[in-house]
Amino acid sequence: MAEQTQHIVGEHPDLQPPASTVGAYGWIRENLISTPINTFFTILAIYLIYLLVPPVLDWLIFSAAWVGTDNTVCKNETGGPIAAACWPFVVAWFKPFMFGFYPDSELWRIKLTYWIFGLGVLALVIPAVPFKKWVAVFLLIPYPVICYYMYAGGSFGLVAVETPLWGGLFLTLVIAITGIVASLPIGILLALGRRSNMPVVKAVCIAFIELWRGVPLISVLFMSSVMFPLFMPEGVNFDKLIRALVGVTLFSSAYMAEVVRGGLQAIPKGQYEGAQALGLNFGKMMFFIVMPQALKLVIPGIVNTFIGLFKDTTLVGVIGLFDFLGMVQAGSSNKDWLGYLTTGFAFAALVYWVFCFGMSQYSQHLERKLHTGH
Amino acid sequence: MSDSNVSADDLHAPTKEMTVGDDLVIEINGMHKWYGSFHVLKDINLKVNLGERIVVCGPSGSGKSTMIRCINRLEEHQQGQIVVGGIELSNDLKKIDEIRREVGMCFQHFNLFPHLSIMENLVLAPMWVRNIPRAQAEETAMKYLERVKIPEQAAKFPGQLSGGQQQRVAIARSLCMSPKIMLFDEPTSALDPEMIKEVLDVMIELAEEGMTMICVTHEMGFAKTVANRVIFMDGGEIIEENEPNSFFDNPQHERTQLFLSQILAH
Ligand SMILES: Nc1ncnc2c1ncn2[C@@H]1O[C@H](COP(=O)(O)OP(=O)(O)OP(=O)(O)O)[C@@H](O)[C@H]1O
Ligand SMILES: [Mg+2]
Repeated sequence: MAEQTQHIVGEHPDLQPPASTVGAYGWIRENLISTPINTFFTILAIYLIYLLVPPVLDWLIFSAAWVGTDNTVCKNETGGPIAAACWPFVVAWFKPFMFGFYPDSELWRIKLTYWIFGLGVLALVIPAVPFKKWVAVFLLIPYPVICYYMYAGGSFGLVAVETPLWGGLFLTLVIAITGIVASLPIGILLALGRRSNMPVVKAVCIAFIELWRGVPLISVLFMSSVMFPLFMPEGVNFDKLIRALVGVTLFSSAYMAEVVRGGLQAIPKGQYEGAQALGLNFGKMMFFIVMPQALKLVIPGIVNTFIGLFKDTTLVGVIGLFDFLGMVQAGSSNKDWLGYLTTGFAFAALVYWVFCFGMSQYSQHLERKLHTGH
Repeated sequence: MSDSNVSADDLHAPTKEMTVGDDLVIEINGMHKWYGSFHVLKDINLKVNLGERIVVCGPSGSGKSTMIRCINRLEEHQQGQIVVGGIELSNDLKKIDEIRREVGMCFQHFNLFPHLSIMENLVLAPMWVRNIPRAQAEETAMKYLERVKIPEQAAKFPGQLSGGQQQRVAIARSLCMSPKIMLFDEPTSALDPEMIKEVLDVMIELAEEGMTMICVTHEMGFAKTVANRVIFMDGGEIIEENEPNSFFDNPQHERTQLFLSQILAH
């Protein structure tokens, strides 16, 4: 106090903050040991990390078998599987994990679409790249069509590849991305329908949403694969994959509809009135004013649904499609690699996590970018 | 009621003679409106000529907002007739859109679009309702931003502006559609006292240029300076209607007298 009063009023110099609030010590004091309870939890957390992390790292890395082309490096003295990860298993089965039984000679088709997608996403993420709008439009509309022709073949001189050969992470991505891309627009329409003044439209939308939300995905898939053909006339036979795609899409669009409806409810009446007073009709008002704000509000919910959908695709295993996880299980029931299922699961967990974390990060990036200070 | 009436002397004094034409632009005949069973507007009759500046006042809940919102169909009336610019309001969506294009409206809470920059707020309707090319729409927008004295804010977002600036943007946004009529619903009552004047000054300039205006406000200074007619509403009815001098100096109805004594007591 006495020191501070020596300065002339109006000419107070900038002083350093007190030492106890800056630097490493300040940070620890502030965040880890500020109160007895805080200190207690800090110690507890350190203890839990000590209990969990070393054994996991040991299993995954230090005791794991790393190099080898067959299972010999993954066996202990008695000939059983070692008590740690067996990465040669993943290496040996890498191609089926990624692409299922897609013919080797045709793999370039898948890889090419991956590259296009990767470049497109880079163009969207790197701020300096121009034409972002067109890149996004390309990825949303022509790109899926191109992918369909590339994967299925049978035209443009490409050999046809039947869908039972599709599998692994490739199949997972096909199902997840189709579901994601299709469920958002369907969900938006359902949400608008549910808020509509027209009683019939409203009733149909509510019935649709509640029906799909009330049924587990696994039974939707069963129904689509076992029951659906029974109702179809003789000779009409939909591809199993298409049935799964339809099931997954309708299922997640019901969830999406409710997420979007939440966003719509948060838009103040004044926004509608402002738009109407300017003469915008219903469609333009929704497209330019209401939807952009509503969707922005519910980005976390939308991405949450996407992540859920991405992981739920593993359920297509029940109708005999070999998605990524199904392929991992198939690999570890191969006679050479019995007993390494855990390694396969660890690998699958890592891959799923990378994708889901990526989506979550992108959504946070979007939220920050779209924040306009209100 | 407003605690912060700007007195007529503080406001920008109109320099031009404000004239009223003979063309009828709004005609309301025997209009009634109910919210459920609540009779909110009772037998409203109002004729507005081109270039008129009408101030509507009255106690809270008297139906002022509801009445002017019926004019551009933000609210639906159940009985009677509303004709705007020769078009009668009905359930025909085309006619409603046609009327809304010609009638601008400013709200108490501005209702700017927070996800769009100021410039985008201004060009959206001209581009997508009037099909004006972007370059031309931006030029017009800039002209109106200059008129409301905030051209430098064009790239900002509404959330970054003060209340007074936002309301001026809202006025500019309506003007970009070149409306024939402007409706104002308490444009200054959400503003701090020092911002009220900047918004009222913009409105006075607008009046000078001959804009037809219907303005719900408690700013009696503004009414005295600009209005050529003041309408007093209470309980869903138009109780009294007069030119401002007679209205303020010699109110006829006892409810008007009570209202004026309350509002001018500040
Ligand atoms: N959507 C609605 N549903 C039912 N009643 C309503 C609705 N909107 C307004 N009202 C009622 O109608 C009456 C008139 O409302 P209005 O908003 O027109 O009043 P006002 O004169 O503008 O008042 P204020 O000065 O407070 O803005 C009020 O009693 C109000 O409670
Ligand atoms: Mg009101």
